[in-house]
Amino acid sequence: MYAASVQELIDELGRLPGIGPKSAQRIAFYILKSPAEDARRLAACITAAKTKVTWCARCFNVAEGEAGVECEICTDPRRDSSALCVVEEPRDVVAIEKTGEFRGRYHVLQGAISPIDGIGPDQLRVRELLARIDAEGVKEVILCTNPNIEGDATALYLASLLKHLPVKVTRIASGLPVGGDLEYADELTLGRALEGRRELA
Amino acid sequence: MSLYRDLGVVLRTYKLGEADRIVVLLTAGHGKVRAVAKGVRRAKSRLGGRLEPLSHLQLLMYEGRELDIVSQAEVVEPWRALHEDLACLAGGMAMAEAAEQVAQEGEASGPLYRMLVGALRAMAHRPGPLVVAGFYWKLLCLDGAAPVLHQCASCGAGPPAARLVAFDIAEGGALCQGCRRGQPISPAALELLRMVVGGQLGRALELPASHTTNEVAALATISMERHLERRLRSLRTLERA
Repeated sequence: MYAASVQELIDELGRLPGIGPKSAQRIAFYILKSPAEDARRLAACITAAKTKVTWCARCFNVAEGEAGVECEICTDPRRDSSALCVVEEPRDVVAIEKTGEFRGRYHVLQGAISPIDGIGPDQLRVRELLARIDAEGVKEVILCTNPNIEGDATALYLASLLKHLPVKVTRIASGLPVGGDLEYADELTLGRALEGRRELA
Repeated sequence: MSLYRDLGVVLRTYKLGEADRIVVLLTAGHGKVRAVAKGVRRAKSRLGGRLEPLSHLQLLMYEGRELDIVSQAEVVEPWRALHEDLACLAGGMAMAEAAEQVAQEGEASGPLYRMLVGALRAMAHRPGPLVVAGFYWKLLCLDGAAPVLHQCASCGAGPPAARLVAFDIAEGGALCQGCRRGQPISPAALELLRMVVGGQLGRALELPASHTTNEVAALATISMERHLERRLRSLRTLERA
C-alpha cells in the first residue's frame, strides 16, 4: 500500500504500548510532514536514551552512563542517607520527588510480589535492599509500594524481613485523595484513613 | 447495551492501557465475568480501591460485546485481614487462583461463589491451618472429583480387610496396599480428610496446626494441581517468601 519504508515506520510505531494501527499511521505521517531536523532529533533521542541509560548500581533507578554507574540521587551528597524509600518502579521515584517532601534516598524493587503471576521476592531487588541497610547506615525504611494487593503483599513481606534488623520500618499512609469526596471513598480506604487519623494542634 | 446487578468476588486483575484494569470476577448469577474497570488506577477513581483482588462486591455492570464494564461497585464485607496479614493474603490468593481455574464464563455458579465467599470470610476472621485445604477439597467435590475415602478407589477393597495407605486423586481417592500409587497417607490424615469432605468441615477448621493438618493441606494442593492439570502459582510463590 505505502512505500516500504513508510509501512515499516507504521509497523514499528504500532508496536508501542497503547498505539493501534490507526494512531501509528497518524504519527508516521506527522513525522513525514514535519521538518527533517525534528525527525532527526527524535531518532537521536531514542538512540541516546537506549545506549546511555542503565540501572543505578545502588538503588536500581534509571541512571545515565556505563553499567555500574550510580544515579543522580544516589551520588547527591546533600541527600539524607538515613532514610530509605522503597518503591516499585522508577516512575514512583519521580512521583515522590515531585512532592518535594522527601530528602532521603530511594530503592527501586523493579516490580512487586504477585503470587498469581508467579512473581516472588527473588525476582525483585530484595537482597540488594537488605545489603544497603547496614552499609549505608539506614535508620528508617519507608515502604512506598502501591496500595494494592501486590504492593501490600510486598510491603508485608519486606516488613517481616526487616523486623530482624535495627531499623525503623514505616509504611506510607493510605487515605483520601485531596479534592475527593468522602461518600465515594471505598470502605478499605476510609477505614485506613480513619485508623491513620492525626491530632490537630 | 443492558445493565445487570450481581454479587461477586474479584479473583484477579490485569492492567489495561493507561489507567484501566480488567477484573476477573466470580459472580453469584453470571459465573466468571471478565470486565473492564475504567480509570480505576487513578487516585480519584470513583470505583476506588474496591476492585482489588479478594474484594466482595455488589456490582452494577454494563453488558458489553466482549468484556462487560463495571459501572458501580459497593463493598459487601470489607476483609481487612486479607490485605494486612501476609499469610491471610497468600491463602486468599491461592483460593482465588483455584476458583478462577474451575469457574466457567457464562455459566452461573452459585455454589462456587458461596463457597469462595465463605472460605475468604473464614480466612479473614479466623484463619486456621485448613482453610485453604478445606476450600480445595470442597472445590474438588463440587467439580465432580470427590475423593473415595472409605474403600480402595481402585479395587474396592475396604477396611478391615485392606488397609488404605495411599492417596491419588487421579485414581479417585484412597488406595489399598496392593493398588498404592501417588502419596502415602497416614490413618490420622485419612480420618481428618473424611471429616473435611464428609460434612464436618466446621469442626476440622477449628483444629490447631499439626502433622496431620499439614499432611491434609499438602495433599489438597497436590490433588488440586493434579485435577486442574496445572501448577497453582500463588502457593509456590509465597511459600518461598
